[in-house]
Amino acid sequence: MSRQPMNPIVRRRQITNAIALVLATGATLFGLLWLVWILWTTITQGASALSPALFTQMTPPPGEEGGLLNAFYGSAVMIVLAIVVGTPIGILAGTYLSEFGKTSALAETIRFINDILLSAPSIVVGLFIYELVVTTTGHFSGYAGGLALGMILLPVVVRTTDEALRLIPNQLREAGLALGLPQWKVVGYVIYRSASTGIATGVLLGVARISGETAPLLFTALNNQYWSTDLSAPMANVPVVIFQYAMSPYDSWHALAWAGAFVVTAFVLALSIAVRLFLRPRSFK
Amino acid sequence: MSTALHTSDQDGLAQPDRAGQPAAALGDRLFRLLTGGAAWLVLILLLGAAGSMAWGGREAFQTFGWSFITSKDWDAVGHQFGALVPIYGTIVSSLIAMIVAVPISFGIATFLAEVAPRWMRGPIGMAIELLAAVPSIIYGMWGLFVFAPFMSEHVEPWLTEHWATLPLVGVLFDGPPIGIGMLTAGIILGIMTIPFISSVMRDVFQAIPPALRESAFALGATPWEVVCKVTLPHTRSAVMGAIFLGLGRALGETMAVTFVLGNAHDFSLSLLMPGNSIAAAIANEFTEADSPIYHSALIALGFLLFVVTFIVLAIAKFMLLRIERKGR
Repeated sequence: MSRQPMNPIVRRRQITNAIALVLATGATLFGLLWLVWILWTTITQGASALSPALFTQMTPPPGEEGGLLNAFYGSAVMIVLAIVVGTPIGILAGTYLSEFGKTSALAETIRFINDILLSAPSIVVGLFIYELVVTTTGHFSGYAGGLALGMILLPVVVRTTDEALRLIPNQLREAGLALGLPQWKVVGYVIYRSASTGIATGVLLGVARISGETAPLLFTALNNQYWSTDLSAPMANVPVVIFQYAMSPYDSWHALAWAGAFVVTAFVLALSIAVRLFLRPRSFK
Repeated sequence: MSTALHTSDQDGLAQPDRAGQPAAALGDRLFRLLTGGAAWLVLILLLGAAGSMAWGGREAFQTFGWSFITSKDWDAVGHQFGALVPIYGTIVSSLIAMIVAVPISFGIATFLAEVAPRWMRGPIGMAIELLAAVPSIIYGMWGLFVFAPFMSEHVEPWLTEHWATLPLVGVLFDGPPIGIGMLTAGIILGIMTIPFISSVMRDVFQAIPPALRESAFALGATPWEVVCKVTLPHTRSAVMGAIFLGLGRALGETMAVTFVLGNAHDFSLSLLMPGNSIAAAIANEFTEADSPIYHSALIALGFLLFVVTFIVLAIAKFMLLRIERKGR
């Protein structure tokens, strides 16, 4: 502090500044507090319920021991189906936006709509697939679940592909074209290869996003108590099992729900962290 | 990069000059068609979603007309459906979420822009963003088993004692401390939307021209004055966009709300009472809907939710685009 008496206006401004910055720091700590609290709960509750049986046995009836094997299997199958459906379409659409559409009105419209799909409520996607697939085929199915997840994955892939391709310098395209290559080969052999990390980021972030999605599966894949590999029948999956078991009055079901929650959260967070650390340091919304 | 060029080089040389051209042109046309088709599919999916829900909900809209939105009857046995209670619950829980999330997110963005040392910004920003990666069903379970009991034991009795006697707003806090209800759901929604709002705010704060900030500092402004007199006015529309983006997320959030809102079709002014939201009503009741009109009413709810979130997200996007253009 200076020896001279401080100008009162300067003093007031400095005090305001100090208070504001302390509040901002407090807000950040407040935000982090919830993350720590939620993770702590999931770890303590979930780790105590972890056991080998979780991965070797089926979902049990109330009061009995069991695991989540059929649910893990169902989730894995539907996520793979979502990747198979969503990734190629997403990459192609992203390619159109960056290579052909660029800043045309159509491309900007599609970007706009895609960003809205990206944030649209996932339950709406579930209802749409229900109307589209479940009412026409007449029953809930693993296919419907995979399609619903694929539709949630799609806009993530479209956006990251578009962004990744636009980062590729034009000289690379020009070099390919100057060699007499048709454009599809330039994109297919040169541009995709250079942008592969960016595209992979999109797919992995999309997978992290759909792994815990529950709402769209409630009325597409529904659930199944038993081991089922039939994609055209209702299929067990981790999120819906967590939902049903957590809402139930049985303690053994609660424990299984926590174990499932622990595994899903660990998987999703590990994937998100790995993508951010190793593939692309920039954040993605 | 060099290997990529090398491969294309070989491919290019392998092609005969003239004979290859029509094939190349055909390949290009096919490729353009394929990618263009995929891009159109994005538009078609959105229109299809809106169309299929309008179609699925037509019976409810035809039967009840405007009273579907204004009536609070929800009687599965008597086939009377009015969506007022879930609509009210969606709006109120989202408003609480915004009251929680907006100041906190602004604080986080300010912290990351002005307070945190450079090395700290990346890890803290990422930690906050991980809040968004946690699946919403985990928020739901945590809310039901941990946060709702916490609210009912520590927060709600205090609120009823001290705030319920206030004039006008008192009625909001008058109720039994059961933990499950509008306030708990709103706070959880707020926590869930913090990462979306704060990361967009941080990005736009960082995108303002450095010269603007530097000149303010050169005039002797404090960091706080730079934030509220330079950064905020310059990024106002994008900050509003960030808030609308968070609002869009909060309106449509399903699982977390389904766990802690109580699924009660009773209208109550008190924030401590259980209520319902559009998304929670659909999640809870869809597979139990036993009559066509019940089904149709739930899909009609989905249509309303879709239209409202579409409008909110479109506003968010427009406001964020404005700052992008300004920046160029």
